[in-house]
Amino acid sequence: MSSLALLLPGKSAWVTEVGGSGSFRRRLLEIGLVPGTEVTRVGVVAQGDPLNFKVRGATVCLRRADADRVLTQGSVAAAAK
Amino acid sequence: MVIAGNPNAGKSTLFNALTGGAAQVGNFAGTTVEKLSGRIVLPSGVAQVIDVPGTFSLAARSPEERVAIDALLGLGGHPVPDAVILVADAPRLARSLYLAAQVLELEIPVVLALNLMDEARATGAPPDPAAVSRLLGIPVVPMVARAGEGVPELLAAVDSALVHRASSAALPARWPAALEADVTEITAALPPDLACVAANHPGRGRAVARWLVLSADEDAAPVEDPRLRKHLDLVRQRAASAGRDLQTELVATRWAWIDSHVPLLYRAVPRQRGFDEAVDRWLLNPVVGPLAFLGVMSLVFAALFSWSDPAISAIESVFGQIGDGVNAGFGAWIAWAPRAAAPLEIARDALVGGVIGGVGSVVVFLPQIGLLFTFLALLEDSGYLARAAHLTDRLLRIAGLPGQAFVPLLSGYACAVPAILGTRGLPRFRDRLLTMSVLPLTSCSARLPVYTLMIGAVFPPTLVAFGLDLPMRPLALVGMYVFSTVVTLAAAIVLGRVVMPAESSATILELPPYRAPHLPTVIRLVFIRCKQFLREAGGTILVATMVLWALLYFPRYSVEDLVPPEVVAAHADEPEVLAALAEPLATERSFAGRIGHVLEPVIAPLGYDWKIGVGLIGAFAAREVFVSTLGVVYGAGGEATEDDLGLRDRIRAEVRPDGRPRYTPLVGASLCVFFALAMQCLSTLAVLRTESNGWRWPAFVVTYMTALAWIGAFATYRVGTWLGLS
Repeated sequence: MSSLALLLPGKSAWVTEVGGSGSFRRRLLEIGLVPGTEVTRVGVVAQGDPLNFKVRGATVCLRRADADRVLTQGSVAAAAK
Repeated sequence: MVIAGNPNAGKSTLFNALTGGAAQVGNFAGTTVEKLSGRIVLPSGVAQVIDVPGTFSLAARSPEERVAIDALLGLGGHPVPDAVILVADAPRLARSLYLAAQVLELEIPVVLALNLMDEARATGAPPDPAAVSRLLGIPVVPMVARAGEGVPELLAAVDSALVHRASSAALPARWPAALEADVTEITAALPPDLACVAANHPGRGRAVARWLVLSADEDAAPVEDPRLRKHLDLVRQRAASAGRDLQTELVATRWAWIDSHVPLLYRAVPRQRGFDEAVDRWLLNPVVGPLAFLGVMSLVFAALFSWSDPAISAIESVFGQIGDGVNAGFGAWIAWAPRAAAPLEIARDALVGGVIGGVGSVVVFLPQIGLLFTFLALLEDSGYLARAAHLTDRLLRIAGLPGQAFVPLLSGYACAVPAILGTRGLPRFRDRLLTMSVLPLTSCSARLPVYTLMIGAVFPPTLVAFGLDLPMRPLALVGMYVFSTVVTLAAAIVLGRVVMPAESSATILELPPYRAPHLPTVIRLVFIRCKQFLREAGGTILVATMVLWALLYFPRYSVEDLVPPEVVAAHADEPEVLAALAEPLATERSFAGRIGHVLEPVIAPLGYDWKIGVGLIGAFAAREVFVSTLGVVYGAGGEATEDDLGLRDRIRAEVRPDGRPRYTPLVGASLCVFFALAMQCLSTLAVLRTESNGWRWPAFVVTYMTALAWIGAFATYRVGTWLGLS
């Protein structure tokens, strides 16, 4: 099991579980980070923190610690699609 | 009517286009959420339209967030809307459909404004409005609101929706059976006000139940009713013990429906716009990004200070001329009725010094506030503000604040009043309180005249260090800004840990596409903000200025009471000279002067005397009053400004009882530190009170900042003395 925080730039993965609690968790779900959603990390490695992700056509920026609460599965190369 | 939509979908632009720019600003009842309302002219008559703040979802955890569903359902004292205009973001339609799905479930007449069609066309494959209309079962109007395209069609669609009153229907999402059972159970337990709304709309009751599931969780419930709260807890716990999570089920079901239907709305696969990512590669670059950010911020601040200057001078001279005119009028009146001279003089001085001066001191803020909001609106509309928040997030995280706190903190460098209003965008109330509590420490523009005066009057022009002649004064000024930034962040760290400990705040920022700002929308927003400032802070500043004027003015003495008889005799035919000699003496004996004397033991350890004390009393109303109060105390006339050489020379000439100069560079530094840290602004306190719903927070902020200011100034003075500085 991996998390969004470990995703490399240009790579995609599928969300399996959204952790955290309260409004933080609800907002993540509502911006579309529900189980089964494909997420792509954008930007460069050196950016470090916060991280940018592409979810359903929008760019969303999360702190590394928050991204770590979104569990993912299967990293696919964006170029292969 | 109600207009709702996602942030960045162009809702404000559309509202502007529909209402022709005329809008009323108010607050939604019982909240600090801003309510914009306007009138639109339809073929069948005039309709009132209310703008609901941009949102991704109707879910609510606070009264602020409840506004959206209350306005849509006519709850909590809102009028029941006859129709809803839902603004959708055509290039990012899936995201808009998430909100649309919730609104459609409410069974109210809805018209979808499919906005930003120009951006969608640029992708080569815009969504098909007819297909969207068929899928959602509501009228859909393709639009480009900023160009006015589609506005007549939208008005016609709204008009016919008002006539036909066709209610929307919930999208046929595949709800899991267990969730449906829970929803049925909650629907049956709705309290009377919610049940009443759902009376003739069976689907609406279920929609409200789903809304409750989404809004209530372990640490918040948006409903007062204790029975319903308990019921919701019960249902949630039961689901949890069965390994289910209600919120995930609910949100995922909606998204699953959207995901399976959105591809049907396009005739081709849209191209991704590579532009934003290409620009972000540079603007969010770890090296180039911060440099670009500093460049943009320097430009904004340089413009803020230099562009507002002529307008401020113009306002000051206009009010000066009005004052002169009133003075001349009263002069004629006194000459005509010499018996009533004494009361007339008081009335004249109250009118000129109190009322006109007070109104002037409010209006003089407008150029900077207007410019600040213009820049903020331009940066926000262009999409850069979200990037700036991204870049500064690291600093804010250390301070325990969410990334969204960046904009209010930045605004604080111009003026804390609009900045505190700007904290409304923070999702968590605790984060808002923390941001508001440290905001008054950012170096607002009112501190600048004090810094300029002190640094200009007492600091040597050059500083010799490391064998170099450094320009002391600009360095000292930059130093004050750095000092203020460090203290603000440090205060957030301490207050966040000690006073309001909480789980670290999360940042969920959306980076919108880059876009050319829409000027009419920007101008309207700036206009609204200026009006809001005049209404919310204007009264307090006016009253404070008048009280201060009275403290400095009363009790009255005649020249003969103040000036020794031999001096009166020497200048018998020069009343102006006598008046100038009497003024500082009158100030010393005024109420403010007496308070200054009482204050002296408290501020003596900081290196100050009673005259500075009087200035500090004045500065409590508003910092910049310090300069004009010192002008009065030192007899340089009330019109003194920080560039006034007369005032600077008088300050340099002030001596202590033992003959040493009163203002040494060290006293100047101590005063600058005091001003950087002290809470000396009644307007800020007034806004803090309204925004935190009570006097508790303003009282806390005054207390901690005053203590900090005293300790900071004391430490500066004592450590400096100990180091052998003077």
